Amino acid sequence: MGQIEWAMWANEQALASGLILITGGIVATAGQFTKWGFGAYSIAAGVFVCLLEYPRGKRRKGSTMERCGQKYLTRVVKVLGPLSKNYYVRAVLHLGLAVPAGFLLATLLGTACLAIASSIYLLAAFHGEQWTPIESKPKERPQVGGTIKQPPSNPPPRPPAEARKKPSEEEAAASAAVSGGPQENPVLVVDEVV
Amino acid sequence: MGNWVINYWLSVLFLATWLGLNVFLFVHAFLSYEKADKYFYTREILGSALAWARASARCLNFNSMLILLPVCRNLLSFLRGTCSFCRRSLRKQLDHNLTFHKLVAYMICLHTAIHIIAHLFNFEHYSRSRQATDGSLASILSTLSQQEKDEDSWLNPIQSPNMTVEHVTFTSIAGVTGVIITIALVLMVTSAMEFIRRSYFEVFWYTHHIFIIYFIGLGIHGIGGIVRGQTEESLNDSHPHRCAEFFKQWDNHDSYCKHPRFEGLPAESWKWILATGILYIFERILRFYRSKQKVVITKVVKHPSNVLELQMSKRGFSMEVGQYIFVNCPSISYLEWHPFTLTSAPEEDFFSIHIRAVGDWTESLIRAFEQKHSPMPRIEVDGPFGTVSEDVFQYEVAVLVGAGIGVTPFASILKSIWYKFWHADHNLKTQTAGHATLNFDKATDILTGLKQKTSFGRPMWDNEFSTIANAHPKSVVGVFLCGPQTLAKSLSKCCHQYSSLDPRKVQFYFNKENF
Repeated sequence: MGQIEWAMWANEQALASGLILITGGIVATAGQFTKWGFGAYSIAAGVFVCLLEYPRGKRRKGSTMERCGQKYLTRVVKVLGPLSKNYYVRAVLHLGLAVPAGFLLATLLGTACLAIASSIYLLAAFHGEQWTPIESKPKERPQVGGTIKQPPSNPPPRPPAEARKKPSEEEAAASAAVSGGPQENPVLVVDEVV
Repeated sequence: MGNWVINYWLSVLFLATWLGLNVFLFVHAFLSYEKADKYFYTREILGSALAWARASARCLNFNSMLILLPVCRNLLSFLRGTCSFCRRSLRKQLDHNLTFHKLVAYMICLHTAIHIIAHLFNFEHYSRSRQATDGSLASILSTLSQQEKDEDSWLNPIQSPNMTVEHVTFTSIAGVTGVIITIALVLMVTSAMEFIRRSYFEVFWYTHHIFIIYFIGLGIHGIGGIVRGQTEESLNDSHPHRCAEFFKQWDNHDSYCKHPRFEGLPAESWKWILATGILYIFERILRFYRSKQKVVITKVVKHPSNVLELQMSKRGFSMEVGQYIFVNCPSISYLEWHPFTLTSAPEEDFFSIHIRAVGDWTESLIRAFEQKHSPMPRIEVDGPFGTVSEDVFQYEVAVLVGAGIGVTPFASILKSIWYKFWHADHNLKTQTAGHATLNFDKATDILTGLKQKTSFGRPMWDNEFSTIANAHPKSVVGVFLCGPQTLAKSLSKCCHQYSSLDPRKVQFYFNKENF
């Protein structure tokens, strides 16, 4: 699982945990349960976690899908510096935030989920991941019909542009050696039976 | 609007039925617990939260039963095969199996939330009435077990005023299983988010298997019998309508009314999930059995853009166009199965897949096959499983749109057409350039004369659709897409736009594949 960026999953898990904490907290506070003070705390902690986790970090490889409207929060989260960038700090922060909510049944689920998110962040930090903000780029206007170009002059399989500069007799010899059929291979193919 | 109805009426009907059943089960259970005399005393302590919890539990059972069905691939293939005489629109519903699976999952999440919130209130009410000293009916009911130590004397699971709700949660089967299966559900949902699933498939695949914990936990969740109602016998001799107001005299020997006796509700979840659970186990066994059959790799081709073609053969393997298989390579990972569309035609004596390197598993596979001096890795195959491309020959006119590696199902179709051309009689029908726009003789699904000229660049869909609509004013046109969501939206819009309102004139049916 070398290419997996654990932080991406930890982010989803933490966001879910934040919402669960808020819900549990509202239930406990509105219902005036015993120890509802923990419920009030849980709402505050949940809101903080949600705001921190809402802007998705940039993936190392490939493009990242932004969450709707996240650029406003990205600016705020960027300012927090190592609190947001370093995943060790995030892991410890989430664990710390989760513990008080564990004393009340209504918010216990939020604690468990946030603790799991914290451990996935720890795993991400071990792998050297860190949070990079997604900077917005100017939008390119799609050009209708602009992608229609001249077709290539040789049939497939086509080697990349550099290889096309080789003398054409090599290609002709190779294609002549392989038997006809719908598929012609420029490189010799090995027939192996397992 | 009319075109939308023509294309989606069966989906709407199906979803409406499912929602209707959910509503019915919820309301039925709700009224049963809110009105029944059996729970009169229970409601005295808990209020309406009892009914909310039980109604959502009923819906949870129903949806947990349903959620396994759309992922029984072999069952769906079987239904698709047996229903070949059915209307095209009926079989199209089977393509939306993953969408339905997700909808049911969301419903499970909703009802889990309702269920947990209701039970939080229930526990709180139990706790308060246990600690109450006001001599109310609720507090008397809560102290019932102190007088007699029988199994059927108690109503309130909180046995002493000092016991906290947290303690009860973690010392009861229902509480412990409830917490565990909810955590499992949350993990399954967060790892199945589109972004995670598309980018890090292995995380999704492995984490999703904790559904096993979910189902086992669900099955044993109710066996403790914490939800209690009055026994039949007790209802007969001390009916609450008669006796409730005289609760202060229950202790008196000469009282007409005796203490009410209670019994726990038996677990019912297992009754709902047993059948589909067994079906799913059977499905997995079938997949395992099919995968153990020997796969012979006959040819390996390396294409540009890091695409590997594997040509294989397996005894008893037969396919239709556009189907897909699941592939496992034990030397890379024992447990991972990855789906790939078949790119060969049914007429060929081998089957092939084209694999593009997009992640860990695919890159390892390509690297393993590139090793010149080590033996080729063993491959296991499960399938084939049917998708919408099977239907392509049922349409008079078919438009196939493939983007990137999404051309793979259509490679299979085009090859099949090529073979049919060479082996069939010649009825000359011309085909238009651009994509494989083909005319079929409806009586025999053989076509000839494929003159395929490919254009380069992104097509202008409005032009293409209006051309096809003008060229085939009375045909049913199937538009098949294997590609990104944005393309699906524009094609779907064009299908609705260019379909005539008159059902006898040109109709575009949009079919989208997804994994």
